[in-house]
Amino acid sequence: MIPVALKRINRQMCVRLSFFALLMFGFGYAMVPYYKKFCEVTGINNLLQRDTVVNTQVDKSRWVTLEFDANVHGMPWQFAPVQRSVRVHPGEMTQVAFDIKNNGNNTLVGQAIPSYGPKHSAAFVKKLECFCFKQQVLAAGESRQMPVQFVVDGSLPASVTTLTLSYTFFEVPAADKKVTSGSAG
Amino acid sequence: MSTATHDHAHGHSQDGGHAHDDHAHDHKPYGMMRWLGSTNHKDIGTMYLWFSFSMFLVGGVMALIIRAELFQPGLQIVRPEFFNSMTTYHGLIMVFGAIMPAFVGFANWLIPMQIGAPDMAFPRMNNLSFWLLPPAAMLLIAAQFAPGGGAGVGWTMYAPLTTQAGPAMDLTIFAVHILGMSSIMGSINIITTVLNMRAPGMTLMKMPLFCWTWLITAYLLVASMPVLAGAVTMTLTDRHFGTNFFNAAGGGDPVLYQHIFWFFGHPEVYIIAIPAFGVVSQVIPAFSRKPLFGYASMVYATASIAILSFMVWAHHMYTVGMPVETQLYFMYATTLIAIPTGVKVFNWVATMWKGSLTFETPMLFALGFLFLFSLGGFTGLVLSITPVDVQIHDTYYVVAHFHYVMVAGALFSAFAGIYFWLPKWTGRMYNETLGKWHFWLSLIFFNVTFFVQHFLGLAGMPRRVPDYALQFAEFNAISTIGAFGFGISQLLFLYVVVKCITGGEKAEQKQWEGADSLEWTHLPSPAPYHSFSTPPALK
Repeated sequence: MIPVALKRINRQMCVRLSFFALLMFGFGYAMVPYYKKFCEVTGINNLLQRDTVVNTQVDKSRWVTLEFDANVHGMPWQFAPVQRSVRVHPGEMTQVAFDIKNNGNNTLVGQAIPSYGPKHSAAFVKKLECFCFKQQVLAAGESRQMPVQFVVDGSLPASVTTLTLSYTFFEVPAADKKVTSGSAG
Repeated sequence: MSTATHDHAHGHSQDGGHAHDDHAHDHKPYGMMRWLGSTNHKDIGTMYLWFSFSMFLVGGVMALIIRAELFQPGLQIVRPEFFNSMTTYHGLIMVFGAIMPAFVGFANWLIPMQIGAPDMAFPRMNNLSFWLLPPAAMLLIAAQFAPGGGAGVGWTMYAPLTTQAGPAMDLTIFAVHILGMSSIMGSINIITTVLNMRAPGMTLMKMPLFCWTWLITAYLLVASMPVLAGAVTMTLTDRHFGTNFFNAAGGGDPVLYQHIFWFFGHPEVYIIAIPAFGVVSQVIPAFSRKPLFGYASMVYATASIAILSFMVWAHHMYTVGMPVETQLYFMYATTLIAIPTGVKVFNWVATMWKGSLTFETPMLFALGFLFLFSLGGFTGLVLSITPVDVQIHDTYYVVAHFHYVMVAGALFSAFAGIYFWLPKWTGRMYNETLGKWHFWLSLIFFNVTFFVQHFLGLAGMPRRVPDYALQFAEFNAISTIGAFGFGISQLLFLYVVVKCITGGEKAEQKQWEGADSLEWTHLPSPAPYHSFSTPPALK
C-alpha cells in the first residue's frame, strides 16, 4: 500500500508536527510570565506595588471623597476600615488605617486585593504604603492595625468627586505560601 | 493489492453502476468491528459525519431549551443555573462536537480522493482520532448529571467562574483535553497526507481549493489547540493543585485566562470558517460551469486570514481595561482581516459572473452561505470597532453576529457539501425537491431566528441571561418561533439523507456537469472502498 520510504517520511513529519504541538502547549504557559512582565513594565495592573508620586503639588481648589470598603472572602477574619471615608485634596498625602483580627483557631495567611470604583480610577490613587503589598500572617486571635498611605493624583478628571477603595482578603492556600506578593500581574 | 484494484481504481464511468460490495477486493469487515477498527478513510469520514449530526441534534435541543425559556420574559421553564449550563454546553457541543467533526469528516472522505492518494497517511491514528470523540461527548453530557448540575460558565470557560464551579467543570475540562487531542492528531494526519501523499503531477497549486483550505486549517489547529489545552490545564491545577494562574489572591490574574483563551479562540473561528470556504469553493465553480476565479489569490487570501487570526485575539476583550493603544492595534489588525475575506467573496462572485448557472440544492446552500456569511462578516466589522463594541459587548448583537458566520456560514456550507458529495459517497441521488425545501425552510427560519437578535442586541439585551426586560418580548418571541422552525427543518434533512442512502436513484460518476476534481473525473459513484491504490495518471 504505502511504500516504506514514504512511510518513513510520513513518520518524520508526524514527529515534527507533534513536537510543534508540544511547543505550542508550552507557549500557552510561556504567556503567563510574559503577561506578568508586560503588565509590570507597562504598569497596567500594578495593584500590589508601591507607586511613585512625581508631582506633589496640592490642589487646594478641589475636594475628593475617598470611601473605604473592607471584605473577607471565605476566611474567619474580621476586617474593617477605621474611618469609613475621608475628604482630601488631590496631591495631598493621606494616611488611613484598617483593623484586622483573626477569629479562627489557626494561624492563617491572607492577601488583600484592592479594587477601585469608578472602574478606571485605579490609576489615580497612588499607594505609597499598603498592607496589600505583602501577605499578612495572623495567629489565632491575633489582631492588628494596618496603614495605607496614598495620594490622589491631580490628573483625576474633574467630574469625579468620590472614589471608592475596596479591599478583599483572600486566604493564601497553604501549598503556595511562597508566592511573592509584590509582582502580581 | 490485486490487479483488479488497479483496474477498478482507474475504472472510469463504465464501472460506475456497480455497488461496491460486488468487488472481491473490497474486503471490508462486517458488523461492529468494521466501524470500531476501521482504518479506511471513507468509513472514518462517514463516522465523523454521523457523529457530527448526532451532536448537532443534541446541541440543537439545548438551543431549543434556551429559546423556549426566552420565549417570554420571566422564568417559566428552567432554573437559571440549568439555563446557564445549556448556553455553555450548546456552545461547546456545537463547536467541538458538531461543526469541527463535520468538516473533519469531509476532509477524510475527500482529501485522499482529491489528491489521488490511497488513504490518509496514518490510518490507525485516524481511527484513534475519531474514537476519542464519543468519550469526550459522553463526558460533556455526563457533566449535566454531576452534583450541582452542568457548569454554567459559558463555552469560553472564563476564570474565576471556572475555578469556583462544581465537579461538572472537571468533566468538561477533560472533555476539552480529549477533543483537543483528537483534533491535533487529525490535523497531523491531514498535513502529512496533503504534503506527502499527492499523486505524481498533483502539485500543491493544482490541488482543489478544499485541500488547500484544510491544509491551512490543520496548521491552525496544531498551533492553537495546544494553547487551549494549556489554558484548561491551568484552570484544572488552579482548582485542585494549589496553583494560582488565575487566582488574584495568589498573585494570578483572571484576565490572563482571557488572553490565553482567545489566543486559541480567534484562530478557532477560522478553523471553523476556512474549511467552509473550501467546500463553497468547490460547489460554486461546479454549478457555474467555470473554473474558480482567482485560484492563486484564494490560496493566498486563506493563508493571510490564517496568519492574521493569531494577531487579533484581544478584540474579544475590549472591555477588560486595556490601554487605548492596545485597543487601537487590535482594532486595526481586526479590520485588516476584512481585506483577504473580501478577496474571497469577490472571487466567488466573479466565478459566477457570466457562468451557466443552475440552482440545485448544493448551489442554493452555497449562495445562502455567500449572502449570510457576508452579512455576518459585516456585523463582525462593526464589532471590531472598539467604541461600538464597548456598547454592544456581550449583547445579543454578538450572538446574532456569530450565528450568522457559524450557522449560515459553516453549517450551510456543510449542507452544501453534503448534498454535493452525497451522490459520490452513496452512489445515489437525493430528492432534489425535498433538498430545496430543506434549503428554503432553513434559510427563512434561520433569518427569523437570528436577524431580530441584532435589534435585541442594539437595544441592550445581554446574552446568557434567562430573563429580560419587557420591551424585548416581541423580538424574543419571533426568534423562538424561528428557532423551533429551524430545528424541525433539520429533521427533513435527516429524512432526505436517509431516503437517499436507502432508495435514491442511481447517481452517475460525474453527477454534476461542472465538477472537475479527481473524485468526479476518475472514480465511479459510489466511490469504491479502496480508491487510487495506484496513483492516477495526471496530465
